Amino acid sequence: MLLEVRDITKGYDSGGEHVQVFAGVSLSVNAGEAVALTGESGSGKSTLLHLCAGLERPDAGQVALDGQTLGDMGDGARARLRRARIGLVFQQFNLIPSLPVAANLRFQAQLAGRENVTWTDTLAARLGLVPLLGRYPEQLSGGQQQRVAIGRALAGRPGLILADEPTGNLDEATGDAVMDLLLGLVGETGAGLLMVTHSARLAARLDRRLHLSGGGLC
Amino acid sequence: MVRATLAALMAHWWRHPLQLVSLAVGLALATALWSGVQAINGQARDSYDRAAQLLGQNRFARIEAADGQRFGQARYIALRRAGWQVSPVLEGTWRDGDRRLRILGVDPVTAPPGAVPQTVTGGAGLRPFITPPGLAFAAPETAAALEPATGLPELRATAGLLPGVLVMDIGIAQNLLSAPGAVSRLIVAPEQPMGRPPLAEIAPDLVQRAPQARADISRLTDSFHLNLTAFGLLSFAVGLFIVHSAVGLAFEQRRTMFRTLRAIGVPLAVLTALLAVEMLMLALFAGLAGVALGYGIAAALLPDVAATLRGLYGAAVPGTLNLSPGWWLGGLAVALVGATAASAQSLWRVWRMPLLAPAQPRAWARASARSMVAQTGIAAGLALAAVALAMWGQSLVAGFALLGAMLLAAALALPGVLSALLGMAERAARGPLALWFWADTRQQLPGLSLALMALLLALAANVGVGTMVASFRLTFTGWLDQRLASELYVTAENEAQAARLREWLAPRSNAVLPIWSIEGSLAGAPGAVFGVADHATYRDNWPMLRMQPGGWDRVARGEAALINEQLMRQAGLVPGDMLRLPGGHTLPVAGVYSDYGNPRGEAMIGVDLLTTLYPQVPRLRHAIRADPAQAVALARSLVEEFGLPPDNVTDQARIKALSLGIFEQTFTVTAALNVLTMGVAGFAMLMSLLTLSTMRLPQLAPVWALGLTRARLARLELVRAVMLAALTMLLALPVGLLLAWALLAVVNVAAFGWRLPMHLFPADWARLTALALLAGGTAAAWPAWRLARTAPADLLKVFAHER
Amino acid sequence: MNVRPFVFLAMLLMAAPALGQGFAGLGTAAQGFARPEPGDTLKFPADYGAHPAFRIEWWYLTANLTGPDGTDYGMQWTLFRSALAPETREGWSSPQIWMGHAAVTTPARHFVAERLARGGIGQAGVAAAPFTAWIDDWRMAGPDLSDLSVSASGPDFAYDLSLAAGGPLVLNGEAGYSVKSPEGQASHYYSQPFYAVRGTLHLPRGPVEVTGRAWLDREWSSQPLADTQQGWDWISLHFDNGAKLMGFRLRQKGGGAYGSGTWIGADGTVRTFGNGEMTMTPLREAPVAGRDIPVSWRVKLPAHGVDVTIEAVNDAAWMDVLFPYWEGPVRISGSHSGRGYLEMTGYD
Repeated sequence: MLLEVRDITKGYDSGGEHVQVFAGVSLSVNAGEAVALTGESGSGKSTLLHLCAGLERPDAGQVALDGQTLGDMGDGARARLRRARIGLVFQQFNLIPSLPVAANLRFQAQLAGRENVTWTDTLAARLGLVPLLGRYPEQLSGGQQQRVAIGRALAGRPGLILADEPTGNLDEATGDAVMDLLLGLVGETGAGLLMVTHSARLAARLDRRLHLSGGGLC
Repeated sequence: MVRATLAALMAHWWRHPLQLVSLAVGLALATALWSGVQAINGQARDSYDRAAQLLGQNRFARIEAADGQRFGQARYIALRRAGWQVSPVLEGTWRDGDRRLRILGVDPVTAPPGAVPQTVTGGAGLRPFITPPGLAFAAPETAAALEPATGLPELRATAGLLPGVLVMDIGIAQNLLSAPGAVSRLIVAPEQPMGRPPLAEIAPDLVQRAPQARADISRLTDSFHLNLTAFGLLSFAVGLFIVHSAVGLAFEQRRTMFRTLRAIGVPLAVLTALLAVEMLMLALFAGLAGVALGYGIAAALLPDVAATLRGLYGAAVPGTLNLSPGWWLGGLAVALVGATAASAQSLWRVWRMPLLAPAQPRAWARASARSMVAQTGIAAGLALAAVALAMWGQSLVAGFALLGAMLLAAALALPGVLSALLGMAERAARGPLALWFWADTRQQLPGLSLALMALLLALAANVGVGTMVASFRLTFTGWLDQRLASELYVTAENEAQAARLREWLAPRSNAVLPIWSIEGSLAGAPGAVFGVADHATYRDNWPMLRMQPGGWDRVARGEAALINEQLMRQAGLVPGDMLRLPGGHTLPVAGVYSDYGNPRGEAMIGVDLLTTLYPQVPRLRHAIRADPAQAVALARSLVEEFGLPPDNVTDQARIKALSLGIFEQTFTVTAALNVLTMGVAGFAMLMSLLTLSTMRLPQLAPVWALGLTRARLARLELVRAVMLAALTMLLALPVGLLLAWALLAVVNVAAFGWRLPMHLFPADWARLTALALLAGGTAAAWPAWRLARTAPADLLKVFAHER
Repeated sequence: MNVRPFVFLAMLLMAAPALGQGFAGLGTAAQGFARPEPGDTLKFPADYGAHPAFRIEWWYLTANLTGPDGTDYGMQWTLFRSALAPETREGWSSPQIWMGHAAVTTPARHFVAERLARGGIGQAGVAAAPFTAWIDDWRMAGPDLSDLSVSASGPDFAYDLSLAAGGPLVLNGEAGYSVKSPEGQASHYYSQPFYAVRGTLHLPRGPVEVTGRAWLDREWSSQPLADTQQGWDWISLHFDNGAKLMGFRLRQKGGGAYGSGTWIGADGTVRTFGNGEMTMTPLREAPVAGRDIPVSWRVKLPAHGVDVTIEAVNDAAWMDVLFPYWEGPVRISGSHSGRGYLEMTGYD
């Protein structure tokens, strides 16, 4: 089991009131499996994704990656795990604005000490980024930025890719193209993919679909 | 609409009180430093004006002896009886313990209106004023300090008089100064009767001098004030950097809001006007606080300034503040102008901003990169101007222009230089984190550059002034050792006692050397001529800058004179030139000696020649060579044997301590301003970092998400600030040394008439570097700590919302 | 002329509440100073000179002069001595203060100069024989009072005059003891009214040769005004028939006056008269120096058939000096014609 989420509960305080986002949610993602996570706005899809990435801690329950329980880890250990084992793709692309495309692409892999130059070059070529390598993020279009973000996530060949509405900010044609690249590359690397989306059309392209509603999965 | 828009704009400050505080404090500090310095300057200037008025030097022509010496009052009577409307003044020094009082003897009956303070002529009446023991009018603080003094006329405290001056009737002054029938000069009334004979016909030995716009000391004190003003301007510039950066960031942060406001229909003119009004209000409040703060600074520093001016130039300034409404308004105006200057650019950008401009910080950074190129160009131009000034300018104004051009060039060049350095580091970086560190630092540069420029100025000023002060002190101490070679210095109370002293001392000491001098005009300016005995004390120790062979022998034979460096520079004299002494005797110059701390030109001639040329020279002061171990005992027995006041016998150590004390005070004010400026620069950096830290979350969050802990990011932020401070210090060092050079070799020569050798003090630089790193570290500590403690939820918001 | 700070005035005569005591502090009590006594006989030449034991003294010369074109001119030369204490000291500590006033009046202009000096240092003083009175470059000197040369200069005028007396000194009051108030305030007072004058006035338009008649008053006292008196009006008149009249009236605060004078007949006979014989009535006031000054008077002395109108040659003959007053030449018409001088003090 690549990713195993057991009985997790998450809520937050708002204006002195505790708001429960979801409770007792469990899911799992196997290596090579692409799972879609759908749900309405505010249902907690993104929060669930953040919990899987170790960016947030659950109020209760466990998240385990490759059998390692995140709840037992400190900040440093989780950061290490994140940079080595997880690739993140956000709706807002979230590239590092001070670095050019080439450096953004390599950044996480280098950080984790897992850079493979041939693979990075392959990724750049596959994602059509070669002519853009010297540019800065703000000089790119949204689709271009998201291709860089996908490249960054895959450069270190992580076991798990977590994607949060990766095409949410893109028009349909561009979004489809980006999605093709993402799914194709994830398939090639044999990584697991958990992708948040509100689009049933996109969700249908994945192996399995989970729907978050009313604080639980169905 | 106006109200709603205003509420929206104000809400920003409620949400970001730190920005508001940074803006207000920056403006207040800038105003405070500027107005504080101006207050000190204004107070001192006011005092000089009163001094000049008191001496009748500013409004009335005066008649004095050609050699500047006192003359008999028969000359006065002769002039009056020839119709000349003149009034006599006798001026002299009276010692009371450590204090020296300036005695001003006047004739209230003939003094032209305005020549004698009205307070003196009013009140008690003429009879007690002119009838022994008479009345003496003094400033309240002087009168209070003198209360127990004996031998003085009854004291009357009078506001409006200068401290350290006693105004009394000329008859009373003649008795007090043991100068019966003597007059120092005559004040010439502006209105004279028709048909009076020319001065040369009645008193050929007297000359008439035109009224002076300012008193003599003003030339010297001007330089001190110029110094202070330069510092005030520097401080204000540093403060403006803060305001500019705070305003810039505040506008930048609200760009999305401006965009939204415009989108929902607020006209551009209304928005711009409201922003201008907002700035104006802020400037008004901050300016008021700043002026009040400036008053505090001035009140705290003024006693030291007063002491400096008194010690260095003999100019008396009251140690208390008395400020005009003009000063308060001026301070406010400066705050308003500063805020306007700082916000003009930002307002312009709002005015020109397209309705749907992207709110991308990186775009802003790139625009700044373009202006950085222009800025570096201006810096290069200023640097060229500074080089030209250094090569060809010699006046005081040129000296200060040089300082200004140099500092401004350095400050403007800083972002460009730093950017280049960071770019080099980026290219050399190995590893993604290092690469990101340098690239990100470079991206932050536009936001930090103003604070860093302020830091650069503060550091450079600190290095420069510190080097100057330390060079000064080192040179001066060495010079004192040479100049004060004798073990004891004794001043007799009168000529008869002086003769007995010499006789008594002859068998008890190794040598008794006269220190006799007359005051007079040298090369057209007030100066003094000293007589020097032919003795090894001088030959071995006197600090000669240049000396012709056999110079001391020729001086001893009365065939040559030695001049001090000031006279050399004032009159352009070099050894071999002829020097005209007061009274007309001319001698060739045989050598030049250094004479630090003395504003006047001086010459030394053989003591025999002095007494021949000026038989009236007072022969009271002597230097005594004796076994150093016996010096204190000898001093004691001198006091006992002759009943001399203890102050009349001074040992070498005491004079040295006194002289050094005066010079320490000279720079107290400069040092205080230095520290304040450093503080302001540190504050600027703190505020910039704090403001940036909130804007930087979107840049830091992805890095965090990709696998760096918040603690590590915070450490990097800290390292970044310290590293920037270190780089700035590295650049400030040469700028500071150039500043020191300009102060010592250009400004000092123009202002004081002597040049000081420059010494380097690496230990001070190390201390200052540590201080700079500390400032950078301290400034970054809080923002870094906040980053380390940022809730993950706040970081996650970056991924969820558009910024 | 510069108007000096008012405070200086208080200082000069030690009048603590400035000017509270009549004109120029002359009403101040005379503690320690000598007092004029009725029995004192004047002695000459000693009484030409100064009397430092008395508080106040003056040498007061006025002249009515005529230019070659018939223009009327007035001339004044006055030396005041004011003692801060009834003593003499050498040098700067001398309590004797000297003050000189010089003036030339033309029908259109009035030139004034003032000099101040400390006693004891030689800047000003009076020697009885040979007679010399001086302050700065101003001099009034001669072997004695019958033969004088007089000179003074100001920023815009100067004069040089020779005076020859055509008659004896005239003692006013009782043998030179002149009573000033019912309370007995008095001065020693004599005059030389018989001078013929010849000399030159130096005016901005150039020198003017003049001739005419002059009148010298010598007076010393310690408290010439009673403290209820605020000033005086004084006239010296040369009638064309050769007779002369000196009269004054001291104005009481709140109205009323005390007067006396001396009649000198065309034949030289002298008769002094007391309070009430002569009347002076203002006829016309002119605005001068911010106040109204009576510049025309009706003067009646019935005992000698005098009923004349005197009219200022120049209304603006204001002496803008430390203690300002009005002093100028007058023309006489009515029962007698002639020229004279009018002095008015204490008009605030």
